[in-house]
Amino acid sequence: MQLVLEAVVLGVLTGGVYALMASGLTLIFGVMRIINVGHGALVILGAYLSFALFRSLHIDPFLTLLVTVPAMFALGVVIQFVFIRPLKMDREALSVLVTYALALGIEGALGYLFTTNYVELRGWYETASFPVFGFYITWVYVFGFVLALVVLGLLFLILYRTPFGGAVRATMLNRTAAQLIGVDVDRVSALAFGVGMATAAAGGVVFGITNAFNPGSHYDLISRLLTIIVLGGLGSLRGAVIAALMMLVTTEVAAVLISPVWASFVFFVILVGVLIVRPQGLYGVRVRERI
Amino acid sequence: MRKPVSMIAAGFALVLSACGTSGGTSGSPPASTPITIGVSVSLSGDFSGDGKALQQGYDLWAQDVNAKGGLLGHKVTMKYVDDASSTQQVVTNYQALITQDKVALVFGPFSSLLTIPASAVTDRYGYAFPEPAGGGPAVFKLGLHSIFFVQPAAVEDNLVSYTKWLLSLPSADRPKTAAYATQDDPFTQPQVDKAKGLLEAGGVTTASYKVYPAETPTWDTLAQQVVNSKADVVVLGTQEPDGVAFVKAFQRQHYNPKSIVETTGPDQGKDFADKVGAANTEGILVPSGWWSSAKATDNDKFVREFIAKYGGAAGDISADAAEAYSVGEVVDQAATKANSIDNKKLIDALHSGTFQTIQGPIAFDSVGRPNGQSFLVQWQHGQTVPVYPTNIAVAKPEYPKPNWP
Repeated sequence: MQLVLEAVVLGVLTGGVYALMASGLTLIFGVMRIINVGHGALVILGAYLSFALFRSLHIDPFLTLLVTVPAMFALGVVIQFVFIRPLKMDREALSVLVTYALALGIEGALGYLFTTNYVELRGWYETASFPVFGFYITWVYVFGFVLALVVLGLLFLILYRTPFGGAVRATMLNRTAAQLIGVDVDRVSALAFGVGMATAAAGGVVFGITNAFNPGSHYDLISRLLTIIVLGGLGSLRGAVIAALMMLVTTEVAAVLISPVWASFVFFVILVGVLIVRPQGLYGVRVRERI
Repeated sequence: MRKPVSMIAAGFALVLSACGTSGGTSGSPPASTPITIGVSVSLSGDFSGDGKALQQGYDLWAQDVNAKGGLLGHKVTMKYVDDASSTQQVVTNYQALITQDKVALVFGPFSSLLTIPASAVTDRYGYAFPEPAGGGPAVFKLGLHSIFFVQPAAVEDNLVSYTKWLLSLPSADRPKTAAYATQDDPFTQPQVDKAKGLLEAGGVTTASYKVYPAETPTWDTLAQQVVNSKADVVVLGTQEPDGVAFVKAFQRQHYNPKSIVETTGPDQGKDFADKVGAANTEGILVPSGWWSSAKATDNDKFVREFIAKYGGAAGDISADAAEAYSVGEVVDQAATKANSIDNKKLIDALHSGTFQTIQGPIAFDSVGRPNGQSFLVQWQHGQTVPVYPTNIAVAKPEYPKPNWP
């Protein structure tokens, strides 16, 4: 029973970090209707940027966010301008190819710069822990969860309390209508991509402290992040948060009660079950399509 | 028509998460003709660290063999293609190397996982397939006559030294319980399963046994199950990332078993120490077929040349590189013995006699399984030292392992 309790606690704490990583992905989909399969590579890029600062300047990994978040935001705006904006037709399918190429390019560049050896971000909080109900919780998971809460809270504030957020939501609801009422959707898209990458930087630092990673680590990551946003409903920030928590708690508990080998399978059974009942995902909007 | 977006995304997620007629042998080209040796290496994906090390070992051997006039007079060029650690890509790569690039010889990729599908292709075309890293039982179960695992011992026997050492301890010190956790990987699981069988037969009770997939989002819950077993010793079938994660998770939970052995991770030298912290390595064990100060033929020369070519220190050299280098050594000696680099003659030569390598002497049975024994290496005072069996040990095993600092 204690193991189950710990699995739930750990699932919630790490689920928060996955929600943070998935939030950028679902936001980018919502605004641009593109599937950014390069998002995992961007998270790893964020982790490597933190690693470069950590290794060369010995800055605490969390403090590196002061540099990496703005840098990744700027890079996101540039990537959107160079790679995404030119896609005018068949965006959903073509975006998969373009962003996958982007992921491979990032992986290759990181492999060249940092080699393909595994690296890890380090801080006192990675092994320091405190007792709760007979087991120990590691500080890094708590800090990661708090960071996720802060960043996701800011994201919700931006989306629901600012004019820019209004423009973003309008673009998410109906891109054409948003253009008709004067929203500069190209500018909104560029900034939203930048925001998505900034959240990737924040997620990357926690991922990098809790996992040894190398340039190829994005494959596992993107498959999980895509699964989360499909379950939550493509384009739904709230859905991404709930789905991330569901995924991590389910897999952790299944690992204890059944077997670690079956943990992902149990989650996929839930995913398929939800999609049968709600094809649009937990919080997705059902789109009426003309064929 | 709009595309069903969620289907595209879900399909992509599934594809990513899912990641697994007779031909003639190449005849021996005229002497002094340059030849190309083809290898599929993992330069990206899960095995990219190991793939890079293999490439270093192969390159160093090619440099050495060319310096002494080539492989039986043929200047050697290595051709590498990246398999992205994919069981599908590795098949495509060897197919292309053999049929399009028409390489004279092929050397093996990293891991049993990739060697198994690759060997089906190389065997079909009659190529000898000496390989440095595919030694799981599934490799030998293929029953192929053309495959040769160039390490001193079959993978499943890697932890035999560890079990012999534990069971040789005085009964008062001998562990009563053991916990096991292993990746569901053909390299790691057979080692752990064999160790479990031997320790159980020796009277050590199994307190916990868990198998887990490589793609696990967090290791802590898994580690906690080991912790809760309160086992005296822990046997872990790890690759490097989970090897590091387990050590950290045990520290977090203040769990101090008397001994920890991991199949991979602690053998990565400074790389491992950097990740877990040098002070936290003390007492951790790893089985090995090679280490930098061994008194094997030409090993000191290999270490010297490796450092000159790639930099670093002896302790930083990955065993993967040494194993790859040994593949070249074995082929060189077999070619001399056969007086040919024709694949059929090489296969026959490789099946007869013993070959001297930087890992020590190696001989193969009819399905390419080596007949030697691995030894046990332990982290002591920031260094890895061989500690068992006694004939090769340079230090006594530290037991029990000291508590985390």
